[in-house]
Amino acid sequence: MKLTRREYIKSNAIAAAAAAAGVSLPATKALAGPYENGNIRWDKAPCRFCGTGCSILVGTQDGRIVATQGDPDAPVNKGLNCIKGYFLSKIPYGRDRLTQPLLRKSNGVYDKEGEFTPVSWDEAFDIMALKWKEALKKKGPTSVGMFGSGQWTVWEGYAAAKLYKAGFRSNNIDPNARHCMASAVAGFIRTFGIDEPMGCYDDLDQSDTFVLWGSNMAEMHPILWSRLTNRRLSAKNVKVVVLSTYSHRSCDLADTEIIFKPQTDLAIANYIANYIIQNNAVNEEFVAKHTNFRKGVTDIGYGLRPDHTLEKGASDAKKAKASKPISFDEYKEFVSEYTLEKASEISGVPERNLEQLAKYYADPKRTVMSLWTMGMNQHTRGTWINNLVYNIHLLTGKISEPGNGPFSLTGQPSACGTAREVGTFAHRLPADLVVMKKPHRDIAEQRWQLPEGTIPGKPGFHAVLQNRKLKDGALNAYWVMCNNNVQAAPNMNEETLPGYRNPENFIVVSDPYPTVTAQAADLVLPTAMWVEKEGAYGNAERRTQFWRQQINAPGEARSDLWQLVEFSKRFKVEEVWPDSLLDKKPEYRGKTLYDILYANGEVDKFPLSETQEGFENEEAMYFGYYIQKGLFEEYAGFGRGHKHDLGDFDTYHKTRGMRWPVVDGKETLWRFKEGSDPYVKEGTGYQFYGKPDNRAWIFALPYQPAAEEPDDQYDLWLCTGRVLEHWHSGSMTQRVPELHRAFPDAVIFMHPEDAKQRGLRRGMAAKIESRRGMITTRIETKGRNRPPRGLVFVPWFDAGRLINKLTLDATCPISKETDFKKCAVKISKA
Amino acid sequence: MKMGTLAKGSGVGKAARETKGWYLAHKWLLLRRFSQVLTIGLFLLGPLAGVWFIEGNLNASLILDKVPLTDPFLALQVWMSGREMESQAVIGLGIVLGFYLLVGGRVFCSWVCPINIVTDGAAWLRRFLGLPKGVGLSRNTRYWILAAVFVLPAIGGQLYWELINPVSIVHRGLIFGFGLSWVVVVMVFLFDLLVSSDGWCGRICPMGAMYSLLTPASRLRVSAVKRQQCNDCLDCFKVCPEPHVINPALKGEELGLGPNILNINCTNCGRCIDVCAPNVFEFAINFSDNSRIKL
Amino acid sequence: MDEAKRKPVNPEEQKGVSRRVFITDSARGAGVALLVGTGLWSKAETAHPIPLREIRPPGALPEDDFLGRCIRCGLCVRSCPYDTLRLSRVEEPGVVGTPFFKAREIPCEMCEDIPCVKACPTGALDKELTDIEKAKMGLAVLSDHETCLNYLGLRCEVCYRVCPVIDKAITLERSQNRRTGSHAMFIPTVHSEHCTGCGKCEQSCVLTEAAINILPISLVKGEMGKHYKLGWVEKEKKGAPLVPSILNKPLGQWGKDP
Repeated sequence: MKLTRREYIKSNAIAAAAAAAGVSLPATKALAGPYENGNIRWDKAPCRFCGTGCSILVGTQDGRIVATQGDPDAPVNKGLNCIKGYFLSKIPYGRDRLTQPLLRKSNGVYDKEGEFTPVSWDEAFDIMALKWKEALKKKGPTSVGMFGSGQWTVWEGYAAAKLYKAGFRSNNIDPNARHCMASAVAGFIRTFGIDEPMGCYDDLDQSDTFVLWGSNMAEMHPILWSRLTNRRLSAKNVKVVVLSTYSHRSCDLADTEIIFKPQTDLAIANYIANYIIQNNAVNEEFVAKHTNFRKGVTDIGYGLRPDHTLEKGASDAKKAKASKPISFDEYKEFVSEYTLEKASEISGVPERNLEQLAKYYADPKRTVMSLWTMGMNQHTRGTWINNLVYNIHLLTGKISEPGNGPFSLTGQPSACGTAREVGTFAHRLPADLVVMKKPHRDIAEQRWQLPEGTIPGKPGFHAVLQNRKLKDGALNAYWVMCNNNVQAAPNMNEETLPGYRNPENFIVVSDPYPTVTAQAADLVLPTAMWVEKEGAYGNAERRTQFWRQQINAPGEARSDLWQLVEFSKRFKVEEVWPDSLLDKKPEYRGKTLYDILYANGEVDKFPLSETQEGFENEEAMYFGYYIQKGLFEEYAGFGRGHKHDLGDFDTYHKTRGMRWPVVDGKETLWRFKEGSDPYVKEGTGYQFYGKPDNRAWIFALPYQPAAEEPDDQYDLWLCTGRVLEHWHSGSMTQRVPELHRAFPDAVIFMHPEDAKQRGLRRGMAAKIESRRGMITTRIETKGRNRPPRGLVFVPWFDAGRLINKLTLDATCPISKETDFKKCAVKISKA
Repeated sequence: MKMGTLAKGSGVGKAARETKGWYLAHKWLLLRRFSQVLTIGLFLLGPLAGVWFIEGNLNASLILDKVPLTDPFLALQVWMSGREMESQAVIGLGIVLGFYLLVGGRVFCSWVCPINIVTDGAAWLRRFLGLPKGVGLSRNTRYWILAAVFVLPAIGGQLYWELINPVSIVHRGLIFGFGLSWVVVVMVFLFDLLVSSDGWCGRICPMGAMYSLLTPASRLRVSAVKRQQCNDCLDCFKVCPEPHVINPALKGEELGLGPNILNINCTNCGRCIDVCAPNVFEFAINFSDNSRIKL
Repeated sequence: MDEAKRKPVNPEEQKGVSRRVFITDSARGAGVALLVGTGLWSKAETAHPIPLREIRPPGALPEDDFLGRCIRCGLCVRSCPYDTLRLSRVEEPGVVGTPFFKAREIPCEMCEDIPCVKACPTGALDKELTDIEKAKMGLAVLSDHETCLNYLGLRCEVCYRVCPVIDKAITLERSQNRRTGSHAMFIPTVHSEHCTGCGKCEQSCVLTEAAINILPISLVKGEMGKHYKLGWVEKEKKGAPLVPSILNKPLGQWGKDP
């Protein structure tokens, strides 16, 4: 034992390096330069990490970031940061920063099995353009694709969506927000007809009751948790309820801790609705005036490949979103089966705790804020559970007012601002428009000055489908930008890697660092990150925040925006559009995609003189006009006057962000409620104006089991997630030595009895294995997460221990978001 | 003694080399060096090659995770400090005591102790350079120091000698990280070279003093078997770190003394056997009646 | 030369000389021994009252006993699967050859089987220690409230989350952040009853110099006078008031109904 443990530890470093295929370990020295007071230029920026959107001030000197500080006057964080934010100044300075394009080559020519060789941008774009044109010619627009990001700046996402949907006429562009927020999106759209939370962070300072439905805010949204905790401390009547499948740091504050069996939150939510009805706590006036009742189809499958046994019989899988109207009585009847006894039995939660939670929702004198992130979103019934939680708020009318409302927290800095609002999803266009609807496509085509019919009407491949199509050889020219999807996507062994390494495919990865994904690529493009470019992010409370370029990117690294726009110059429109389309706009003949998409009179209409003096703006200088402003203003045109109003470009540079809709220069804190939302007509009280009749939908949806549950062979639930110290795949935080030291390797959080039963003790190496893959790491039976018996938790930040080799690529059939929280595994001594 | 008046030491053993050949004239020296290096090497197998044959160091160790060894010098100090040791250390002590009682206590000094290489080196250089003998510190000093080493723990409760003991510092240093242990090596070397000949091992080291006390029961001795053939070349006296032990055995026939070197401070190093051209000396198994069995 | 060449010594002849020599030799030897002994004594007494930043392995006896029993063999070091333990070198401040670890570099991982204690041949590491959570290697002290990020309102608490005895040895005490008015502070608070001194907190403190440090218990721990008891603790221990005969409520108060 002694030797195995010792050897295990020694081999760790090697294993990590090998598994990450060359990802170098974080630099050991402090990386930021010396701090000298006096000559530092300070300017604002949002934090690079989560969706909270803390504001910071960046201090630069001689072209380097020498320090950062929390912005003391920022409304979100008032000068505070979490420990990741504390180290922001170090993230651009990892030793293994990529500084030149790398192409796999053998004997001087591109070879999929070749070694990474430095090449010029010209050569990089040459081979890319060649591969894209080959694919387009051979198989058409659906053979090119892109996987983007909720970490893109607003204009990067916009430029990418435009390049694909309008330029290449392919809807195969999807963001990593698909892994993250898609269920919240689908839920909001389905219930309210419009995306994103109605409330804002001010609710955290005002609510009486906080219910966490699958969110470990204490670690994942540290500053918001700090606000919530302050509220809890400030008033005795404030209660906190934490629902989770294992005990974690947020449970510390919980007045009621509810540890439920995975997937059974559906039953709990329905029970609460039933309790509210049975106890006459329905806000009848609100329900009568502002809601409709619907019953959704239920045999919707699990988003697996069609040949999977779970999909074969799923009769509603193709129209999973469908629903039909029902009456309140029918709804009442539907939820009546979710009695306290039944809910308790299904969920394994003591009746007392469930009833307590239901009482909080039902109490008319109590305001309630429901909060959630991946526990509800990464769920094979993610859209449903989102709908079911809205049900509770709608039945009680506890919505759209201070302290009352459902609030989905986001994991990425611009999941809202870029992925959702810009619409970089395979089915979306800016401002909640969708490609499936002809009128929506018309709007986009007009705004983009495109011939009618340019944008295809069929949704593109979503995240999980992209990996399947890569593997199947249907998607051949693929650009991964600003994400680490080989590490992030589910079922890496069976889907992701075979797809990336499929000889038919050409994979391009743009990243500042040699991530696992970059290592799996054929061409790696070095990318400018964060404040190495001008940018804008939109946080979870609809707050759009801007920043200016503070430093230059190292070497030949270029921003995603530059890469996208420059690449568009490589395509003559005749090479990508059919004649039939060009005939409608003959003046476009002979032009490049760049001319049509970006140098179109809109994007290029703001001169360089409008950029801020004293700050670099590499893209603007390169293209010769204020490209960021042009893109933003063109994009903002989609939403202005259409309930998605964004403010004026220059105003954002002067403010600490504004929450949209920004109408007449004023931001909106609570949407859909008269008085706080300019779009709600006087005398209506509420208007859920995403729906034609201004009524939100209450859904009758049942509890259904998970796609894969523990059995005799694989006898444990696996739940994956994050830790406070690392952000997502760790490509930035793992390069900060202090953060690396604070949590170096992913461990298996496990109940001590479960460990004992398998002859394991804390600290021992163990094999964790699913039907799809296996990794080895150490057992942790103490510490921050305390799973109940039968469930283990493994964080996914560790490039040396890729837990997504194990996860199942089952998704919510509606939102297409993967369930990273549930699959069956077994654990044994390594 | 006026050894200092001798000609340069390079001539020592010359006759032996010429008559017996180089190898036979260095046989026991080579074997000893091998044993000393092996002692360190076995301990280093673990940290360097991952082969954990023996763990620990000369103070205490464990062979193959099973057989304990404990240095009596350390164990006695622990006892003197008024503390009991657990069974593992006691068993280890028994094994080590048994071994040295059998082969002669100071076999530790010449076959195991890493400092021996240092002091042998100093002695060689001293002979080579023809340096004077230096301070005539009594060879009994070590026994006084030994008394102090054992009395101190009884008063203060600690193992005081371990603060400076070059034997454990150097051996431990070699296995667990040397750091500034080389300073100790240099000090011992310079002490022996410039201050006092055979100074450390022959006059100061209480560890050797303690081991010498284990010798009387020893069965293994060097014997001047062919003492009649001694040609009075004095090479054995010159190379011997404890030269006073030779005289009774080599020249004591007239006094009725047997040929076995019985002095407890003979380290059984066998160097006298090597350098003796007429092959006067041999290892022998000693019995109390002073008879012998030829090896 | 003469001496070496001399004839065999007759002990009888030599007796007179040899007694004289013996007495002077002995006096000189005793003098040297006294000198060495005093030197060692003073070195031992002055050099290491208690090691401050060198933490002993789990189960180490009180320092005096430990130094008397530790045989400096390094078997504990060899048994440590995390290469946490080292032996003190000549140039280091600790007692040479004795085992220790530096929390900031490699802390104790608190193996449940405590291999180092098992490996100790002499019992300098006490075999009575079978539950690693009972170890008392030192005590974590959050010494600098001015640089600790948690006291500044930032969300760090790394020391708390890495603590293997989380929620017992270190708890987070919540308070309101008066500066921002809308955030809470989460103050890591060490409880000596449960802290093992493993040093995970010190190692992982993200500051350039750690604000939380493992220190010898004897150096940091206060001790209350035996002449005073804590009323509420005593009451809880007994489960009832210590003097049951005292009435619990006032008999009546003006202005209030009986």
